Amino acid sequence: MRRGLLFAFVATLCLMAGKQATLFLAPLSIDQKTAHVLNRLTFGPRPGDVDDVKKVGLKKWIDAQLHPDRIAQNPLLDTKLEPLDTLRMTPLELAWRYPPPQLIKAMVAGTVPYPKDPETRMMIDRAAARLQLKKGDDEKPTLENAGLTEEQQRTLRRGTPQEKLKVFDDLLDEQKDEVLEAMPLGARIGLFAAAPPDLRRRIQKAGGPQFVINQDLMEAKLLRAIYSNRQLEEVLTDFWYNHFNVFLDKGADRYLVGSYERDVIRPHVLGKFHDLLLATAESPAMLFYLDNVESVDPGAAALMQGRRAAAQVRPRKGLNENYARELMELHTLGVDGGYTQHDVTEVARCFTGWSIKAPREGATFVFRERLHDNGPKTVLGHHIPAGGGIEDGLKVIDILSHHPSTARFISRKLAMRFVADEPPPSLVEKMAKTFRDKDGDLRSVMQTLLSAPEFWSQGAYRAKLKSPLEMVASSVRALGADVDFTFPLSQQLVQLGQPLYRKQEPTGYTNAGQEWMNSASLLARMNFAIALAGNRIPGVKVDASRFGDAPDTDQIAKDLLLTGLSDEARAAIQAGLEAQSAPQAAAKRPAQEVPKPLAIAGLMLGSPDFQRR
Amino acid sequence: MVGVGAAPLWLERALYASDAPARRKKILVAIFQRGAADGLNIVVPHGEASYYSMRPTISVPRPSAADPQNTVIDLDGFFGLHPALAPLQPVYAARHLAIVHAAGSPDPTRSHFDAQDYMESGTPGRKSTGDGWLNRVLPPAEGELSPVRAIAMGPVLPRALRGHNGAIAIESLNNFQVRNDSASKVFQAMYAGSSDKILNGTGRETFDAVKLLQSVEKQPYQPAADYPNGAFGQSLKQVARLIKANVGVEIAFADIGGWDHHVNEVGPRASEGQLAQRLTEFGASLAAFWKDLGDRMADVTVVTMSEFGRTARENGDRGTDHGHANVMFVMGGDVRGGKVYGEWPGLADHQLYEGRDLALTTDFRDVLGELVISHLGNRDLREVFPGYAIDRRRFRGFIATS
Repeated sequence: MRRGLLFAFVATLCLMAGKQATLFLAPLSIDQKTAHVLNRLTFGPRPGDVDDVKKVGLKKWIDAQLHPDRIAQNPLLDTKLEPLDTLRMTPLELAWRYPPPQLIKAMVAGTVPYPKDPETRMMIDRAAARLQLKKGDDEKPTLENAGLTEEQQRTLRRGTPQEKLKVFDDLLDEQKDEVLEAMPLGARIGLFAAAPPDLRRRIQKAGGPQFVINQDLMEAKLLRAIYSNRQLEEVLTDFWYNHFNVFLDKGADRYLVGSYERDVIRPHVLGKFHDLLLATAESPAMLFYLDNVESVDPGAAALMQGRRAAAQVRPRKGLNENYARELMELHTLGVDGGYTQHDVTEVARCFTGWSIKAPREGATFVFRERLHDNGPKTVLGHHIPAGGGIEDGLKVIDILSHHPSTARFISRKLAMRFVADEPPPSLVEKMAKTFRDKDGDLRSVMQTLLSAPEFWSQGAYRAKLKSPLEMVASSVRALGADVDFTFPLSQQLVQLGQPLYRKQEPTGYTNAGQEWMNSASLLARMNFAIALAGNRIPGVKVDASRFGDAPDTDQIAKDLLLTGLSDEARAAIQAGLEAQSAPQAAAKRPAQEVPKPLAIAGLMLGSPDFQRR
Repeated sequence: MVGVGAAPLWLERALYASDAPARRKKILVAIFQRGAADGLNIVVPHGEASYYSMRPTISVPRPSAADPQNTVIDLDGFFGLHPALAPLQPVYAARHLAIVHAAGSPDPTRSHFDAQDYMESGTPGRKSTGDGWLNRVLPPAEGELSPVRAIAMGPVLPRALRGHNGAIAIESLNNFQVRNDSASKVFQAMYAGSSDKILNGTGRETFDAVKLLQSVEKQPYQPAADYPNGAFGQSLKQVARLIKANVGVEIAFADIGGWDHHVNEVGPRASEGQLAQRLTEFGASLAAFWKDLGDRMADVTVVTMSEFGRTARENGDRGTDHGHANVMFVMGGDVRGGKVYGEWPGLADHQLYEGRDLALTTDFRDVLGELVISHLGNRDLREVFPGYAIDRRRFRGFIATS
């Protein structure tokens, strides 16, 4: 009896495994192929995308996405990014134009010069006042004590955006910044919605210098996801930033993350893995995030102790293994990639002295010979002779980027993102082979993935649950919405559990779609869907005309899901619409009614079907 | 039965379960003070001379009946509470509040980010742990599980509660719903009818939880205590309400920020400055929770933690910088309180950790481990704190075991 059960169990397992394998062989129809490629290589299909892909042809369209420099960028995106000046600054420029608290204190104390530009001065004055506020010498400004009439206060709090703007424009110029600071956040967003570009900047500056930097970063991320014509580049930049995750709120990283994504990640997403890995290893953002700046040869640390104590600087203690461990576990080999604790320590020794210049010298990478452990090392069986200096770390990057475990680990992770949570081993092996044969050329690895039958199979089709970012961006794109500003969308991502640039752990956000599903986030998705389609997300405008004249439920489903609606979903929507038009419900309908096609669209975006890609 | 409609059976059981035969589960409430609270000014070693010499302008003065608002509330002749914690003094006197001093994480990091991460993952020094210790504490599923067995108050699920077991973040009871009745019905029908296993399952769980929380929310309710208006007080108020509703809460998490007092930690008097302001909310909220739950506290234990302590010496800005060991509170019906537990390492120069911070004598995992074993009755700690050899002889013994 027991043996019989065991047999049945094993047989079922084999059957299941067999069924999975067959699914990854079953081909797609041409319509499915088009939907599939748009769902995987972009942040979701926009109106017209299906026709475009069909017109160009699948192969050519994919080839273009693999060569983003050959795709003309969307001029709308460039226009929207233009006012976000911090995106184009170096960390050093950022620090001067949008100074951190230490620099503000130094400016106030007169040890470094105050900036000349009046608007920057104003921002720094207010930030200094806020720092002072902590000491309790000042009161937080309120609308009540900003010298406004009660009428003005009421309008600034509760008026329409246009009414707010009118009141604000009538204020004395010297009043404006104080009023901005005193306005509650919700009221400020209202004013922002109606404000011209220069006032928008001023409103953001009222939030403080770091607020502007963070804001621009997130604004750009969502604008690119929604508007860029080079969609695969955006998807890959998101993938690789997340693979080499850095947490925005860890001290100096607030000033480094922008450059990290722009100069370290983005240029390499279709280049050689070795170059990408080296760029991250040398990046101030990563050196700081994973504490390699703290890691020094213990002998050198002891020598320097005396001098440092005199200078009242916190002593550096010695070896810090954080970067070495994550470099192998998360960035290259994978946890089962065949390294030991001894390798971790040896790799850490190789990277001693990989550090960052002082902030005022640009906070760029520097190798500090004095702090480097110059003894001999052994890494994964490779002997690294004494006296190698900076070459030690370079050698490690070389070993790791060409290790077969790395080829497999990276291939599997890409396949998880682009194919399925549990990608078929046959596919991973094909990609890993390309990785090994083509010296880690990531474009070739992607080409292998995109030409594999496993990618174009029923097993991959709609197999992935969307991450919150994918859900939000694909909803906006599917509706063909007009996006003026995105921070309310960023706020939504916080609710959905994926705050941008704010994954604390070096693991990054999960690539397994299943892990994003939980009650709170599902509710948040439904509420987001209704709010978006109901035009209740500030900064985003949705128009029912996207669906043409008098569309029915099936037409809207086709436009948004690119597939037919399931019978259950159609019945549920139908029942909902009938209940709504019942006389009882009609009587208490709110004044601002959502046009029917948009109400249906909201239900569709929150439906089970739309949670998959 | 009226009012519950199509709710699942266990829900009806839960809602009307005050006399249910099933054993009531023990409940653990974990509180995180984010930002590194200054343990030395919270439970003050007023019997230690160097405390006063190291903090010439920001120490809390020795107990004085003449000015109780601005001096230490003595506990045992050596330690005393900051005066803003006066509401907790009666709980301590009733022997239901225990204190563990010089406790915390052994990891030397002074980064808020790393230290919070370590304390929530329960694996100091190891960054890649994917889940949190509070999630791993949950016993394996038995029968139908309450959708609210593990809850966190706030918009996102904290690190400590992430993991394989179902856990939900609730910003407020009122907001845990689809904010449109007719859409809610459509969504519910779509997910219930979906052939997509995962979405069908999550959809059911979600609408079960919504139904449950809304049925709690709709019942007339008056807490048995006044909570402060701040976010922390409101969090505890909602946790208490759910516990009293007997809907199956086993683990709850809430946090309170604003403890990183590099500047103006203490004002001209002890009742002034940033620390007093935070402690007022902290103490009053915990005291209200204690009073509100009343007899129900028999099953409930609250534990507080913060990522690390602060420097023993004050800095030049009437504040303190990042330090090492800290203080933890444990409050509950089965707590052997009225005592400050743990060896006191002393504050003389040679006794300080790295010459500057309070040294650590109790690993936070030994405090939490004792709660997991003695309060929750979960015998296997190897999964809760992987890589840490739990030795019961290191437990402080603040839980009364029957």
